[in-house]
Amino acid sequence: MASLISDIEPPTSTTSDLVRRKKRSSASSAASSRSSASSVSGEIHARWRSEKQQRIYSAKLFQALQQVRLNSSASTSSSPTAQKRGKAVREAADRALAVSARGRTLWSRAILANRIKLKFRKQRRPRATMAIPAMTTVVSSSSNRSRKRRVSVLRLNKKSIPDVNRKVRVLGRLVPGCGKQSVPVILEEATDYIQALEMQVRAMNSLVQLLSSYGSAPPPI
Amino acid sequence: MSNRRSRQTSNASRISDDQMIDLVSKLRQFLPEIHERRRSDKVSASKVLQETCNYIRKLHREVDNLSDRLSQLLDSVDEDSPEAAVIRSLLM
Repeated sequence: MASLISDIEPPTSTTSDLVRRKKRSSASSAASSRSSASSVSGEIHARWRSEKQQRIYSAKLFQALQQVRLNSSASTSSSPTAQKRGKAVREAADRALAVSARGRTLWSRAILANRIKLKFRKQRRPRATMAIPAMTTVVSSSSNRSRKRRVSVLRLNKKSIPDVNRKVRVLGRLVPGCGKQSVPVILEEATDYIQALEMQVRAMNSLVQLLSSYGSAPPPI
Repeated sequence: MSNRRSRQTSNASRISDDQMIDLVSKLRQFLPEIHERRRSDKVSASKVLQETCNYIRKLHREVDNLSDRLSQLLDSVDEDSPEAAVIRSLLM
């Protein structure tokens, strides 16, 4: 058992992982040194690169995948397609990522809220319950009300929106929960979301490699 | 009615250029493509935002591909097999 575990760990990937961590840690220190006022956000961003955080997410991801497997095995009679399985795995990976973020950011709360919405879709919960509170004082509370007026404001300003603001809007639609947020909120959320996605890709890659070494029929690359 | 619209407009105008530059430059540090172009400071905020959108879309595609591969691999590994126990012990 112990010898089997020691044989499994490849030293080459460990070295490459160390190189990656060193580079990113230097980038993180540069970011924190540049802006002392936002040291808190610097610490938040550094969370996604620690080895401990990577391991925690991998464990949660594996548990979520086991749950997906149990659900799919329970519905074996309906024979779910490969596309549905892939989508279920994707949703499980996103939920594990949002749980790892502990609801500190808008995008993680949006993913978890979306899950709740899907779960109670038939019961038709009121939408006001799903409203996500604004994080900064820039967003006024009155802007959260009266959706029609908001749409009209967007239409009125559509012609005069400069190029930068238009691309911030596109960016806001890519980050969960930031479709209608203000510019600084979208930029801060996108910064954190990118690093979370990078960690997700790293964890899923390592899990694929682990499973490939045991799978009877490894998929073609 | 008009007061609320003016409030939103004033909220939008409160975002100063310095604040925008600070946020975009923070965002820029985490983009792999623009790291190579750090020497030239001519990269505009619009360019950084475009690169950000492209990068997030790329990461989304990678997660989709990995999800499909994981779903295939899960079929090939039995739940009660010793391999699953080894993997679980490695992850925990």
